Amino acid sequence: MNRDLEERIDNLDLPYRTREDLKASLEGRDITEEEFNQILEMIFFEYEKTRIEPCEAVGIVAAQSIGEPGTQMTMRTFHYAGVAEINVTLGLPRLIEIMDARREPSTPTMAVFLLDDWAFDRDRAREVSWQIEAAPLHEFGDITIDMENMQVFVQLNKQVCDRRRIAVEEIIETAPKKIREKRHFRDFEVEGDAKKASIVFTPKNQESYQNLFQLAEHVRNVIVQGIDDIERVVVRKEGGEYILYTEGSNLKDVFEIEGVDTTRTRSNNISEIAGVLGIEAGRNAIIQEALSTLNEQGITVDVRHIMLVADMMCMDGEVKQIGRHGIAGEKESVLSRAAFEVTVNHLLDAAIANEVDELNGVTENVIVGQPIKLGTGDVKLIAKPVNLKT
Amino acid sequence: MSEEEVAELLAMYRISLEQLPKIYHDDPAVQAIGGDVGDVIRIIRDSRTAGRAEAYRLVVKRPKK
Repeated sequence: MNRDLEERIDNLDLPYRTREDLKASLEGRDITEEEFNQILEMIFFEYEKTRIEPCEAVGIVAAQSIGEPGTQMTMRTFHYAGVAEINVTLGLPRLIEIMDARREPSTPTMAVFLLDDWAFDRDRAREVSWQIEAAPLHEFGDITIDMENMQVFVQLNKQVCDRRRIAVEEIIETAPKKIREKRHFRDFEVEGDAKKASIVFTPKNQESYQNLFQLAEHVRNVIVQGIDDIERVVVRKEGGEYILYTEGSNLKDVFEIEGVDTTRTRSNNISEIAGVLGIEAGRNAIIQEALSTLNEQGITVDVRHIMLVADMMCMDGEVKQIGRHGIAGEKESVLSRAAFEVTVNHLLDAAIANEVDELNGVTENVIVGQPIKLGTGDVKLIAKPVNLKT
Repeated sequence: MSEEEVAELLAMYRISLEQLPKIYHDDPAVQAIGGDVGDVIRIIRDSRTAGRAEAYRLVVKRPKK
């Protein structure tokens, strides 16, 4: 195939994949100009047939195409269907979650992919997982409450610290800081000894035992290594490389850790993706999550329906839910909004605001009993009086 | 996108600028390419159906809540 022909194909008004397929199938064949034109004609004929017609009610088609198989889905599937004992919400609850654009999914999880230098070495993968998994202070040593001197004494275990690649100094520094900032508990003083690997916490209030125990509780549970939101990390080998699966999600912080492949790492928290990577990434995440939720249940829905839904949700620059706080609540027509949910409120508000319904949409016209402007209602027939005698 | 391209795009679909999908000015993707409010950005998506598809978004200011 010559350059000239390739360029002609590239300039055609066809989707990218169709053009590539055409190029691939013409590769190595000798065709005449006439044959080429004939092929093009047939391609365009087929392509026109696959295109949706203007004025087609794509929204309703999408709604039914997702809704009908949705009725077949398991109502409650919660349990341990994910990889490596990590619990992931699936089925209908997950689909509802996606469509409602929740800030936080009920089971946030991530799949953290690693860069080449880390992905094939178990120990190095494990090291990255320690950087991610939230580890409280009590995992690094013994914590004792000294009631006589009214203080909490922490003896760090150097072996554990070495194994988990964290310096004693670092723990001494971060532990009190984290207690103050993240746990909002400030009434104490600290003294750290790097040589003995010990930390002593003294509460300001020397009278109250309750206060002391409270402090001990904070000391025990303060996260000194890893990312706060990520409760558990499971390292798994898949297709030759190690992948970290997490319980809890925090894209932003995970991206900053060395060894993490930021281009492949996934989260199931859609609004987080939209926040960190932008609205287009959010759109892709909606499509991906909705499709995989449906497919996992053995339901195949054409991706175009889901793409339409995702497009609508991401139309205005942020992820909006499908519901009265999102898309349905922002419709132009009063009757259309009232038909969805909280009818009386919408009618009342509309009356106060002196809103006018132009009756342009489908829902409104169904309500008032007019033909809708779709299908046969879309065309107007005018009968021309013709004299039959002549 | 240049102004001419935008005009061409709007003429092709016979829409006004406000009818384009939006993207906030503080969106990470917009910040990365340095778009300003009022710009139209062209997005080339990896489409599942067409292989590659173009989409357009108008950069707007994030409304205050």
